[in-house]
Amino acid sequence: MNADGNGAAPFVDVRGVSKWFGDLQVLNEVSLDVREHHVVCLIGASGSGKSTLLRCLNLLERVEEGEIRIDGQRITHEKVDVNALRRKIGIVFQAYNLFPHMTVLQNVMLAPRKARRLSREDAEQRAYQLLRRIGLEAKAEEYPDRLSGGQQQRVAIVRALAMEPKLMLLDEITSALDPQLVSDVLDLVRELAESGMTMILATHEMSFAREVADKVCFLDGGRILEEGDPAQIFTEPREQRTREFLSRVLAGGRMQ
Amino acid sequence: MHALHQVVHAFFNPHSFTLAIPDVWAGFQVNLKMMVIAEALVLVFALGIAIVRGLPGRGAKPFRVLAIAYTDFFRGTPIIIVAFFVGFGIPGLQLGYISSRSPVTYGVITLTLVYTAYVTEVYRAGIESVHASQRAAARSLGLSYWQSMRYVIIPQAVRRVIPPLLNDFVGLQKDTAIVYVIGVAEAASLAQQFSTTNGDFASYLVAAVFFILITIPLARFTDYLVAQREHLERAQAF
Repeated sequence: MNADGNGAAPFVDVRGVSKWFGDLQVLNEVSLDVREHHVVCLIGASGSGKSTLLRCLNLLERVEEGEIRIDGQRITHEKVDVNALRRKIGIVFQAYNLFPHMTVLQNVMLAPRKARRLSREDAEQRAYQLLRRIGLEAKAEEYPDRLSGGQQQRVAIVRALAMEPKLMLLDEITSALDPQLVSDVLDLVRELAESGMTMILATHEMSFAREVADKVCFLDGGRILEEGDPAQIFTEPREQRTREFLSRVLAGGRMQ
Repeated sequence: MHALHQVVHAFFNPHSFTLAIPDVWAGFQVNLKMMVIAEALVLVFALGIAIVRGLPGRGAKPFRVLAIAYTDFFRGTPIIIVAFFVGFGIPGLQLGYISSRSPVTYGVITLTLVYTAYVTEVYRAGIESVHASQRAAARSLGLSYWQSMRYVIIPQAVRRVIPPLLNDFVGLQKDTAIVYVIGVAEAASLAQQFSTTNGDFASYLVAAVFFILITIPLARFTDYLVAQREHLERAQAF
């Protein structure tokens, strides 16, 4: 199944990761592997550890126990170059987090210019290319507060893509959006999945997860309680907690 | 009626008022010069100290402590005491170049020392008011700590603190009169000299008018910026 055909080491390899916020254990012995060009969806209630796990993967949160390897490199030790690591990993947040004092174009160009040291011309050309791809070329000179939530989130996605990451982490990126704005964002994610981007998504969009995921993980109380291919998880979950969670979500109308 | 007449004569004598204008104006130019130089220096130094105060990590602790000690000391000490320290103390040290500057220079140093401490706190509040998610977004794009500060955090912080910062500058502009105690020939001291020779107090009114003419527009401009910001934030709420 591995698109590389070598089937060897996973692109993302999480081994026995635990983390605490004070006395509260937020991740409990989490292990997960993600192959290159695969899409993994993390599902589970709020507070189950999905976001924290994603934030650990690009070291926005410190891992207290366990080990994470990305692209063969162990990232959970003292001397890792976090800036170099983060350049390879894009993350998109629920609240978009665009820089409000910069135009859309400047938002997309900043990191390529400063972190990758691209020339202004190259960075600008690439930024326009990306904005064209999401149909927001005309908004390049606008400030983020002039855009709808869905437009802002798509800009946030291409801002991350401008760094040409090898891995994208999407943290509930549609949760703050009005329902009618969700589909544009999901279309872009679908397109990314089809282009072979390796992605890990924390999401509440169950039908979308079922459609794009190669693997679905159900998190509960900081553990991965169950993982499997989407058809299995959504139609015949093994765990009682997974069944309960899915029936609650179904009752909430998040999956047709 | 006699008392009123006396007050009017002592403070509002139009003849003395007109006569005092050239003298006091000559002094006020020194105030203006001190304001501009001190404000420029404060803007730079205060930002530097605010950044030092926010440095992360155990290694930076001595620097953070120094920055805190600096702001605590100069915010807690009356400016007139600082003026004595600088204006009489430094020349008294007989250190050659630095002990033989003009009173105006010592005045600027005094104002800069004190107002840097105030404005450091203003900047610091601004930096802390930028939401942690902005820093997370910047860092997650691979920008270094300094790049995140320079391009993402500080530009937003500075925009937010312009009104309180201008407020402190109103204070600085008025306090340029205090350094007359170390022998700066500025508006207040020349007004006093004029008053002594002329026997009434109209020259003080001249000095007051000069100060008001520059502080009131600055205060109104500050109000305008605050109102504009509120307007913008209301607009963003939609």
